[in-house]
Amino acid sequence: MAATISVFIVAPDQTLWSGTARSVSAPTVEGSIGLLAQHEPVLSVLRAGTVAVVADDGARTELPITGGFLSFDEDTVTIVTDPGSGVAAAE
Amino acid sequence: MSGKQREYRGRIRSTQSLKKIFRAMELIAASRIGKARQRLGESAPYTRAIQRAISSVAYHSHTDHPLTSDRDDTNRVAVLVITADRGMAGAYSANVIREAERLRERLEANGKEVVQYASGRRAVSYYRFRNRELAAEWDDGSDSPKFERAIEIADTLYDAFSAAPEDGGVSEIHVVYTRFNSMVNQEPWVIRMLPIEIVEGVSEPSAEVTPLYDFEPSAEEVLDSLLPRYIRARIFTCLLQAAASELANRQRAMNTAVTNAEDIIRQYTRLANSARQAEITQEISEIVSGADALAAGS
Repeated sequence: MAATISVFIVAPDQTLWSGTARSVSAPTVEGSIGLLAQHEPVLSVLRAGTVAVVADDGARTELPITGGFLSFDEDTVTIVTDPGSGVAAAE
Repeated sequence: MSGKQREYRGRIRSTQSLKKIFRAMELIAASRIGKARQRLGESAPYTRAIQRAISSVAYHSHTDHPLTSDRDDTNRVAVLVITADRGMAGAYSANVIREAERLRERLEANGKEVVQYASGRRAVSYYRFRNRELAAEWDDGSDSPKFERAIEIADTLYDAFSAAPEDGGVSEIHVVYTRFNSMVNQEPWVIRMLPIEIVEGVSEPSAEVTPLYDFEPSAEEVLDSLLPRYIRARIFTCLLQAAASELANRQRAMNTAVTNAEDIIRQYTRLANSARQAEITQEISEIVSGADALAAGS
Protein backbone atom coordinates (compact mmCIF):
# COMPACT_ATOMS: atom_id res chain seq x y z
CA MET A 1 0.00 0.00 0.00
CA ALA A 2 1.35 3.32 -0.92
CA ALA A 3 0.07 6.17 1.15
CA THR A 4 0.65 9.34 -0.78
CA ILE A 5 0.39 13.00 -0.03
CA SER A 6 -0.57 15.78 -2.36
CA VAL A 7 2.05 18.43 -2.72
CA PHE A 8 1.76 22.01 -3.81
CA ILE A 9 4.86 24.11 -3.99
CA VAL A 10 3.92 27.64 -4.92
CA ALA A 11 5.84 30.84 -5.59
CA PRO A 12 4.21 34.28 -5.75
CA ASP A 13 3.85 34.14 -9.52
CA GLN A 14 3.62 30.45 -10.33
CA THR A 15 3.20 26.92 -9.09
CA LEU A 16 6.61 25.34 -8.96
CA TRP A 17 5.59 21.76 -8.37
CA SER A 18 2.34 20.00 -7.73
CA GLY A 19 1.27 16.39 -7.68
CA THR A 20 1.23 13.38 -5.43
CA ALA A 21 4.31 12.23 -3.61
CA ARG A 22 5.53 9.61 -1.19
CA SER A 23 7.58 11.94 0.89
CA VAL A 24 8.68 15.54 1.14
CA SER A 25 11.60 16.94 3.02
CA ALA A 26 12.19 20.61 3.67
CA PRO A 27 14.67 22.77 5.57
CA THR A 28 13.05 24.45 8.55
CA VAL A 29 14.51 27.14 10.75
CA GLU A 30 15.14 24.52 13.41
CA GLY A 31 16.61 21.83 11.25
CA SER A 32 14.97 19.70 8.67
CA ILE A 33 11.55 18.12 8.42
CA GLY A 34 10.57 15.00 6.55
CA LEU A 35 6.91 14.38 5.85
CA LEU A 36 5.14 11.15 5.03
CA ALA A 37 1.44 10.47 4.86
CA GLN A 38 -0.44 10.59 8.19
CA HIS A 39 1.96 13.11 9.64
CA GLU A 40 0.44 15.33 12.27
CA PRO A 41 -0.66 18.80 11.09
CA VAL A 42 2.24 21.18 11.13
CA LEU A 43 2.99 24.75 10.19
CA SER A 44 6.61 25.59 9.91
CA VAL A 45 8.86 28.42 8.84
CA LEU A 46 11.43 27.44 6.24
CA ARG A 47 14.93 28.75 5.70
CA ALA A 48 16.94 28.82 2.50
CA GLY A 49 17.83 25.33 1.37
CA THR A 50 16.54 22.53 -0.77
CA VAL A 51 13.12 20.95 -0.80
CA ALA A 52 13.19 17.35 -1.93
CA VAL A 53 10.08 15.62 -3.20
CA VAL A 54 9.86 11.92 -3.97
CA ALA A 55 6.95 11.56 -6.36
CA ASP A 56 4.71 8.53 -6.24
CA ASP A 57 6.53 7.03 -9.20
CA GLY A 58 9.77 7.25 -7.28
CA ALA A 59 11.20 10.18 -9.19
CA ARG A 60 13.05 12.58 -6.95
CA THR A 61 12.85 16.34 -7.50
CA GLU A 62 14.95 18.88 -5.71
CA LEU A 63 13.99 22.53 -5.57
CA PRO A 64 16.25 25.16 -4.06
CA ILE A 65 14.29 27.72 -2.08
CA THR A 66 15.23 31.03 -0.53
CA GLY A 67 12.77 30.74 2.33
CA GLY A 68 9.08 30.43 2.96
CA PHE A 69 6.83 28.25 5.04
CA LEU A 70 5.21 24.90 4.97
CA SER A 71 1.84 23.69 6.08
CA PHE A 72 0.71 20.11 6.33
CA ASP A 73 -2.86 19.07 6.97
CA GLU A 74 -4.93 16.06 5.93
CA ASP A 75 -2.16 14.60 3.81
CA THR A 76 -1.77 17.79 1.84
CA VAL A 77 1.43 19.69 2.05
CA THR A 78 1.63 23.25 0.84
CA ILE A 79 4.99 24.92 0.60
CA VAL A 80 4.94 28.64 0.03
CA THR A 81 8.28 29.86 -1.21
CA ASP A 82 9.73 33.31 -1.45
CA PRO A 83 10.57 34.98 -4.75
CA GLY A 84 13.73 33.67 -6.34
CA SER A 85 13.05 30.10 -5.35
CA GLY A 86 13.17 27.23 -7.77
CA VAL A 87 15.22 29.12 -10.31
CA ALA A 88 17.96 26.54 -10.56
CA ALA A 89 15.41 23.77 -10.78
CA ALA A 90 13.71 25.12 -13.86
CA GLU A 91 13.82 22.21 -16.26
CA MET B 1 -9.87 73.34 -54.04
CA SER B 2 -11.41 75.93 -51.81
CA GLY B 3 -10.48 76.65 -48.23
CA LYS B 4 -13.43 74.83 -46.77
CA GLN B 5 -12.79 71.65 -48.65
CA ARG B 6 -9.12 71.68 -47.79
CA GLU B 7 -9.95 72.08 -44.12
CA TYR B 8 -12.27 69.08 -44.16
CA ARG B 9 -9.75 66.92 -46.00
CA GLY B 10 -7.12 67.86 -43.43
CA ARG B 11 -9.34 66.89 -40.56
CA ILE B 12 -10.19 63.58 -42.17
CA ARG B 13 -6.52 62.80 -42.60
CA SER B 14 -5.63 63.63 -39.01
CA THR B 15 -8.61 61.66 -37.68
CA GLN B 16 -7.55 58.71 -39.80
CA SER B 17 -4.09 58.67 -38.31
CA LEU B 18 -5.55 59.02 -34.81
CA LYS B 19 -7.82 56.10 -35.56
CA LYS B 20 -4.80 53.99 -36.47
CA ILE B 21 -3.18 54.89 -33.15
CA PHE B 22 -6.34 54.03 -31.20
CA ARG B 23 -6.66 50.74 -33.06
CA ALA B 24 -3.04 49.88 -32.30
CA MET B 25 -3.49 50.69 -28.61
CA GLU B 26 -6.64 48.61 -28.48
CA LEU B 27 -4.78 45.65 -29.94
CA ILE B 28 -1.86 46.12 -27.54
CA ALA B 29 -4.22 46.23 -24.57
CA ALA B 30 -6.05 43.19 -25.87
CA SER B 31 -2.85 41.21 -26.21
CA ARG B 32 -1.58 42.21 -22.77
CA ILE B 33 -4.79 41.49 -20.98
CA GLY B 34 -4.47 37.77 -21.60
CA LYS B 35 -1.07 37.83 -19.97
CA ALA B 36 -2.35 39.93 -17.07
CA ARG B 37 -5.19 37.50 -16.42
CA GLN B 38 -2.82 34.58 -16.63
CA ARG B 39 -0.54 36.17 -14.04
CA LEU B 40 -3.56 36.79 -11.83
CA GLY B 41 -4.42 33.12 -12.11
CA GLU B 42 -0.86 32.03 -11.40
CA SER B 43 -0.63 34.11 -8.24
CA ALA B 44 -3.87 32.70 -6.86
CA PRO B 45 -2.45 29.44 -5.39
CA TYR B 46 0.15 31.41 -3.44
CA THR B 47 -2.35 33.80 -1.92
CA ARG B 48 -4.74 30.98 -1.19
CA ALA B 49 -2.04 28.93 0.52
CA ILE B 50 -1.05 31.82 2.74
CA GLN B 51 -4.64 32.66 3.55
CA ARG B 52 -5.37 29.08 4.52
CA ALA B 53 -2.26 28.93 6.68
CA ILE B 54 -3.21 32.15 8.44
CA SER B 55 -6.67 30.97 9.25
CA SER B 56 -5.21 27.71 10.57
CA VAL B 57 -2.92 29.61 12.89
CA ALA B 58 -5.78 31.81 13.99
CA TYR B 59 -7.88 28.75 14.73
CA HIS B 60 -5.37 26.53 16.36
CA SER B 61 -3.45 28.96 18.46
CA HIS B 62 -4.53 31.68 20.78
CA THR B 63 -1.94 34.22 19.94
CA ASP B 64 -2.62 37.89 20.08
CA HIS B 65 -0.49 39.24 17.33
CA PRO B 66 -0.23 43.01 16.86
CA LEU B 67 -1.17 42.60 13.21
CA THR B 68 -4.48 41.01 14.00
CA SER B 69 -5.52 43.23 16.87
CA ASP B 70 -6.83 46.77 16.66
CA ARG B 71 -4.59 49.53 17.86
CA ASP B 72 -6.09 52.65 19.34
CA ASP B 73 -3.04 54.72 20.22
CA THR B 74 -3.27 56.82 17.07
CA ASN B 75 -6.08 58.02 14.84
CA ARG B 76 -3.95 58.11 11.73
CA VAL B 77 -4.95 55.65 9.02
CA ALA B 78 -3.19 54.89 5.77
CA VAL B 79 -4.98 54.74 2.43
CA LEU B 80 -3.25 53.30 -0.61
CA VAL B 81 -4.73 54.12 -4.01
CA ILE B 82 -3.78 51.99 -6.99
CA THR B 83 -4.28 53.64 -10.38
CA ALA B 84 -2.78 53.53 -13.85
CA ASP B 85 0.38 55.25 -14.98
CA ARG B 86 -1.17 56.47 -18.18
CA GLY B 87 -4.58 57.71 -19.11
CA MET B 88 -6.39 56.49 -22.19
CA ALA B 89 -8.35 54.00 -20.15
CA GLY B 90 -11.64 55.84 -19.91
CA ALA B 91 -12.71 56.66 -16.40
CA TYR B 92 -10.55 53.93 -14.88
CA SER B 93 -8.27 56.09 -12.75
CA ALA B 94 -10.94 58.68 -12.03
CA ASN B 95 -13.25 56.01 -10.63
CA VAL B 96 -10.63 54.64 -8.25
CA ILE B 97 -9.68 58.12 -7.08
CA ARG B 98 -13.32 59.03 -6.53
CA GLU B 99 -13.75 55.88 -4.43
CA ALA B 100 -10.63 56.83 -2.47
CA GLU B 101 -11.98 60.31 -1.82
CA ARG B 102 -15.24 58.83 -0.61
CA LEU B 103 -13.34 56.56 1.75
CA ARG B 104 -11.34 59.54 2.95
CA GLU B 105 -14.49 61.48 3.75
CA ARG B 106 -15.90 58.50 5.58
CA LEU B 107 -12.74 58.07 7.62
CA GLU B 108 -12.47 61.75 8.41
CA ALA B 109 -16.09 61.80 9.52
CA ASN B 110 -15.05 59.13 12.02
CA GLY B 111 -12.35 61.38 13.36
CA LYS B 112 -9.45 59.71 11.59
CA GLU B 113 -6.55 61.44 9.99
CA VAL B 114 -5.78 60.04 6.54
CA VAL B 115 -2.22 59.41 5.41
CA GLN B 116 -2.25 59.05 1.66
CA TYR B 117 -0.17 56.56 -0.32
CA ALA B 118 -0.39 56.40 -4.09
CA SER B 119 0.65 53.91 -6.73
CA GLY B 120 0.45 54.92 -10.38
CA ARG B 121 1.26 58.28 -11.94
CA ARG B 122 -2.39 59.28 -12.34
CA ALA B 123 -2.99 59.19 -8.61
CA VAL B 124 0.32 60.91 -7.89
CA SER B 125 -0.46 63.80 -10.23
CA TYR B 126 -4.01 64.05 -8.89
CA TYR B 127 -2.80 64.57 -5.33
CA ARG B 128 0.13 66.75 -6.38
CA PHE B 129 -2.16 69.07 -8.30
CA ARG B 130 -4.30 69.52 -5.21
CA ASN B 131 -1.26 70.05 -3.04
CA ARG B 132 -2.05 67.05 -0.93
CA GLU B 133 0.76 65.42 0.88
CA LEU B 134 1.70 61.89 -0.15
CA ALA B 135 3.44 59.70 2.38
CA ALA B 136 4.92 57.60 -0.40
CA GLU B 137 4.37 57.11 -4.09
CA TRP B 138 5.21 54.49 -6.67
CA ASP B 139 4.93 54.77 -10.40
CA ASP B 140 5.89 52.88 -13.52
CA GLY B 141 4.80 49.41 -14.44
CA SER B 142 1.15 49.71 -13.48
CA ASP B 143 0.09 47.44 -16.33
CA SER B 144 2.56 44.65 -15.55
CA PRO B 145 3.35 44.84 -11.85
CA LYS B 146 6.34 42.97 -10.49
CA PHE B 147 6.42 41.14 -7.20
CA GLU B 148 9.36 43.29 -6.10
CA ARG B 149 7.08 46.31 -6.32
CA ALA B 150 4.51 44.55 -4.15
CA ILE B 151 7.25 43.84 -1.60
CA GLU B 152 8.28 47.51 -1.63
CA ILE B 153 4.74 48.75 -1.09
CA ALA B 154 3.88 46.07 1.47
CA ASP B 155 7.02 46.71 3.49
CA THR B 156 6.46 50.47 3.49
CA LEU B 157 2.89 50.04 4.70
CA TYR B 158 3.97 47.39 7.18
CA ASP B 159 6.63 49.70 8.60
CA ALA B 160 4.07 52.48 8.99
CA PHE B 161 1.76 50.08 10.75
CA SER B 162 4.40 48.84 13.16
CA ALA B 163 5.84 52.31 13.85
CA ALA B 164 5.17 54.08 17.12
CA PRO B 165 2.44 56.78 17.09
CA GLU B 166 4.96 59.59 17.40
CA ASP B 167 6.95 58.26 14.44
CA GLY B 168 3.96 58.50 12.16
CA GLY B 169 2.51 55.08 12.88
CA VAL B 170 -0.93 54.31 11.51
CA SER B 171 -3.66 52.23 13.06
CA GLU B 172 -5.29 50.92 9.91
CA ILE B 173 -4.34 50.35 6.31
CA HIS B 174 -6.91 50.55 3.56
CA VAL B 175 -6.32 49.77 -0.08
CA VAL B 176 -8.42 51.17 -2.91
CA TYR B 177 -8.01 49.37 -6.22
CA THR B 178 -10.08 48.16 -9.12
CA ARG B 179 -11.33 44.64 -8.82
CA PHE B 180 -11.31 42.57 -11.96
CA ASN B 181 -14.58 40.67 -12.00
CA SER B 182 -14.62 39.83 -15.67
CA MET B 183 -13.59 41.29 -19.01
CA VAL B 184 -16.63 43.54 -19.04
CA ASN B 185 -17.01 44.22 -15.35
CA GLN B 186 -14.46 45.90 -13.11
CA GLU B 187 -15.31 47.95 -10.08
CA PRO B 188 -13.47 50.17 -7.63
CA TRP B 189 -13.02 48.25 -4.44
CA VAL B 190 -11.89 49.06 -0.91
CA ILE B 191 -10.31 46.54 1.41
CA ARG B 192 -8.94 46.91 4.89
CA MET B 193 -5.56 45.28 4.78
CA LEU B 194 -4.53 45.77 8.41
CA PRO B 195 -5.40 44.90 11.05
CA ILE B 196 -6.27 41.63 9.41
CA GLU B 197 -9.83 40.49 9.67
CA ILE B 198 -9.50 36.76 9.70
CA VAL B 199 -12.76 35.80 8.16
CA GLU B 200 -11.92 34.87 4.62
CA GLY B 201 -11.18 31.35 3.58
CA VAL B 202 -12.36 30.03 6.89
CA SER B 203 -12.82 26.37 6.22
CA GLU B 204 -13.17 24.33 9.33
CA PRO B 205 -15.17 25.61 12.26
CA SER B 206 -16.77 22.17 12.09
CA ALA B 207 -18.08 20.17 14.97
CA GLU B 208 -15.36 17.57 14.77
CA VAL B 209 -12.31 17.87 16.89
CA THR B 210 -9.87 20.13 15.12
CA PRO B 211 -6.44 18.59 14.79
CA LEU B 212 -3.70 19.84 17.01
CA TYR B 213 -1.29 21.81 14.96
CA ASP B 214 2.36 21.63 15.54
CA PHE B 215 4.02 24.99 15.10
CA GLU B 216 7.65 25.15 14.35
CA PRO B 217 9.37 27.03 15.96
CA SER B 218 6.30 28.55 17.69
CA ALA B 219 2.90 29.93 16.82
CA GLU B 220 4.12 33.51 17.30
CA GLU B 221 7.11 33.06 15.06
CA VAL B 222 5.10 31.31 12.38
CA LEU B 223 2.65 34.19 12.43
CA ASP B 224 5.50 36.67 12.41
CA SER B 225 6.86 35.20 9.24
CA LEU B 226 3.44 34.56 7.70
CA LEU B 227 1.85 37.95 8.03
CA PRO B 228 4.36 40.05 6.10
CA ARG B 229 4.16 37.47 3.32
CA TYR B 230 0.40 37.62 3.51
CA ILE B 231 0.41 41.40 3.08
CA ARG B 232 2.82 41.16 0.17
CA ALA B 233 0.66 38.57 -1.49
CA ARG B 234 -2.49 40.64 -0.94
CA ILE B 235 -0.84 43.77 -2.32
CA PHE B 236 0.47 41.80 -5.27
CA THR B 237 -3.01 40.45 -5.97
CA CYS B 238 -4.40 43.98 -5.78
CA LEU B 239 -1.75 45.21 -8.21
CA LEU B 240 -2.45 42.37 -10.62
CA GLN B 241 -6.20 42.91 -10.45
CA ALA B 242 -5.70 46.62 -11.02
CA ALA B 243 -3.44 45.89 -13.98
CA ALA B 244 -5.96 43.55 -15.58
CA SER B 245 -8.73 46.10 -14.97
CA GLU B 246 -6.61 48.88 -16.41
CA LEU B 247 -5.97 46.93 -19.60
CA ALA B 248 -9.61 45.92 -19.95
CA ASN B 249 -10.64 49.55 -19.48
CA ARG B 250 -8.05 50.72 -21.95
CA GLN B 251 -9.16 48.21 -24.52
CA ARG B 252 -12.74 49.34 -24.13
CA ALA B 253 -11.87 53.03 -24.21
CA MET B 254 -9.75 52.58 -27.31
CA ASN B 255 -12.48 50.58 -28.99
CA THR B 256 -14.89 53.44 -28.36
CA ALA B 257 -12.31 55.90 -29.62
CA VAL B 258 -11.94 53.96 -32.87
CA THR B 259 -15.72 53.96 -33.35
CA ASN B 260 -15.87 57.68 -32.64
CA ALA B 261 -13.03 58.36 -35.05
CA GLU B 262 -14.92 56.44 -37.73
CA ASP B 263 -18.03 58.54 -37.04
CA ILE B 264 -16.05 61.74 -37.33
CA ILE B 265 -14.43 60.61 -40.56
CA ARG B 266 -17.84 59.78 -42.01
CA GLN B 267 -19.21 63.17 -40.97
CA TYR B 268 -16.30 65.10 -42.41
CA THR B 269 -16.42 63.09 -45.62
CA ARG B 270 -20.05 64.14 -46.07
CA LEU B 271 -19.20 67.77 -45.31
CA ALA B 272 -16.26 67.66 -47.68
CA ASN B 273 -18.43 66.17 -50.42
CA SER B 274 -21.15 68.78 -50.03
CA ALA B 275 -18.47 71.51 -49.97
CA ARG B 276 -17.10 70.08 -53.22
CA GLN B 277 -20.57 70.02 -54.77
CA ALA B 278 -21.31 73.54 -53.61
CA GLU B 279 -18.05 74.67 -55.16
CA ILE B 280 -18.89 73.00 -58.50
CA THR B 281 -22.39 74.48 -58.47
CA GLN B 282 -20.94 77.87 -57.75
CA GLU B 283 -18.39 77.54 -60.56
CA ILE B 284 -21.09 76.45 -63.04
CA SER B 285 -23.35 79.33 -62.09
CA GLU B 286 -20.39 81.69 -62.40
CA ILE B 287 -19.60 80.39 -65.89
CA VAL B 288 -23.25 80.41 -66.98
CA SER B 289 -23.88 83.91 -65.68
CA GLY B 290 -20.59 85.03 -67.20
CA ALA B 291 -21.62 83.59 -70.58
CA ASP B 292 -25.04 85.19 -70.21
CA ALA B 293 -23.46 88.53 -69.50
CA LEU B 294 -21.20 88.17 -72.55
CA ALA B 295 -24.16 87.14 -74.74
CA ALA B 296 -26.21 90.08 -73.48
CA GLY B 297 -23.32 92.44 -74.14
CA SER B 298 -22.69 91.39 -77.77
